[in-house]
Amino acid sequence: MHTPITHLLALWGTLPDLIRTVVWILIISIAVILCVAFLTLWERKVIGWMQLRRGPNRVRIFGLLPGFGQPFADVFKLLTKEVIVPSSSNKFLFRLAPALALVPALAAWAVIPLSPALVVSKANAGLLYLLALSSMGVYGIILAGWSSNSKYAFLGAMRSAAQMVAYEIAMGFALVGVLMAAGSMNLGKIVGHQQGGVLAWNWFWLFPLFVVYLIAGVAETNRAPFDVAEGESEIVAGFHVEYSGIAFALFFLAEYANMILISALTAVFFFGGWLSPFAGYPVIGTTFLADPSFFWLGLKVFVFLFLFLWFRATFPRYRYDQIMRLGWKTLIPVTLVWICVEMLMSAVHIGPWAKPWFH
Amino acid sequence: MANPLKTFLLPELLKGMSVTARTFFTRKYTLNYPEEKAPQSPRFRGLHALRRYANGEERCIACKLCETVCPATCITIDSDVSEDGTRRTSRYDIDLFKCIYCGFCEEACPVDAIVLTRIHEYHMESRGENIMSKDKLLAVGERYETLIAADKAADAPYR
Repeated sequence: MHTPITHLLALWGTLPDLIRTVVWILIISIAVILCVAFLTLWERKVIGWMQLRRGPNRVRIFGLLPGFGQPFADVFKLLTKEVIVPSSSNKFLFRLAPALALVPALAAWAVIPLSPALVVSKANAGLLYLLALSSMGVYGIILAGWSSNSKYAFLGAMRSAAQMVAYEIAMGFALVGVLMAAGSMNLGKIVGHQQGGVLAWNWFWLFPLFVVYLIAGVAETNRAPFDVAEGESEIVAGFHVEYSGIAFALFFLAEYANMILISALTAVFFFGGWLSPFAGYPVIGTTFLADPSFFWLGLKVFVFLFLFLWFRATFPRYRYDQIMRLGWKTLIPVTLVWICVEMLMSAVHIGPWAKPWFH
Repeated sequence: MANPLKTFLLPELLKGMSVTARTFFTRKYTLNYPEEKAPQSPRFRGLHALRRYANGEERCIACKLCETVCPATCITIDSDVSEDGTRRTSRYDIDLFKCIYCGFCEEACPVDAIVLTRIHEYHMESRGENIMSKDKLLAVGERYETLIAADKAADAPYR
């Protein structure tokens, strides 16, 4: 048993924790960036299909798979373009902003449990860490809009800031409900506490919170129909109107990384993360299909990402005041009401509160 | 808040999404252009050509009806007496940038000399190439004579 693989595994075991963590971080970051690359292609395909078009199908990899070369062609194009820094901009902040937008989107992956064993950090305050990081993302946008010294960029940044503040609250309250149902802020435990089949997942008892979280998630990522921050028809491209080349690509990357992140979080909080939908049923519950694995999380993330694209292909953009009304006057009251309902549910021990760890 | 069910269950949004879900699976209208092409009518008005008779004689008799009728004034004709004593054009230029492809020149021509072919995939690479001179027009006509003849024959019953 002295194959190269066993040697490598033995070597891996002897490495210090720090190096192993760094390697995991690198692997996950690169995987997220690759996912973003193909998500852009998938988005253009899906929206194309919904608009009775075919989507990109010209650039191939090795002459195969029409369209699959498109993300790489786009990346190389952006990499070779000039990054223009406006002469009257704040040059330091202008260059810092794209990084500030991207870093939280990637850093949040540290606490996402990808499979029962695979998570970079089993932080007990994982949920708080996520809330903190997701509100960090707005700094990149505000700084980009302000440092560009452009009216359009500034308007976009202002809209985005107001929108993010409004939806952050609804999102936070929705997560309070999850917190009550799971009794833990550790994301691994939140998933683990949803064991027992599809109806034991949080979405069933917390359905209004799930809807609010999904809508707030779309708004948080500035995606259609909440993309007033970009608003092509009104303010050109919003906060990143002055960016070009790879600086623009970083904003693009951040937006899509955030989409994947929100989808993963929805799966973790409301759809049992890596748990199998077949677990807990008489016959099928004993087969390999019921095993928890990364595959199930991937599948759920894919479904939510598809929803994001579906929304974009279907809904027209909200007007700014409508966004504010929806956020403050509808979503926040709904979450508050449902948190009260949860208190009643926990008092009479039904749903998640019938589970043993609440006794 | 007239109807709480209608407010909270978002039926309009779901209706909209069902529309896009249906189009997601319907056949796509897009043609993969260079490989697939939309059907063309024999009356298609594309690149111009000057035709010859079967014996090789130029049809054009320099009557200048096309030049007169052209609404974009893109045709320039000079006439002269040729070696065999007939009236011929010494210059027949069409400015493709001015031409609006209305086909009036073709309608006006008493001898079916100037025609608009179904060729629409052409381009210019340098200045001056937009002027179709007489020899270029005749070359187009010679090269695509079978195609032009077939198109004119197909359209003839409707004229």
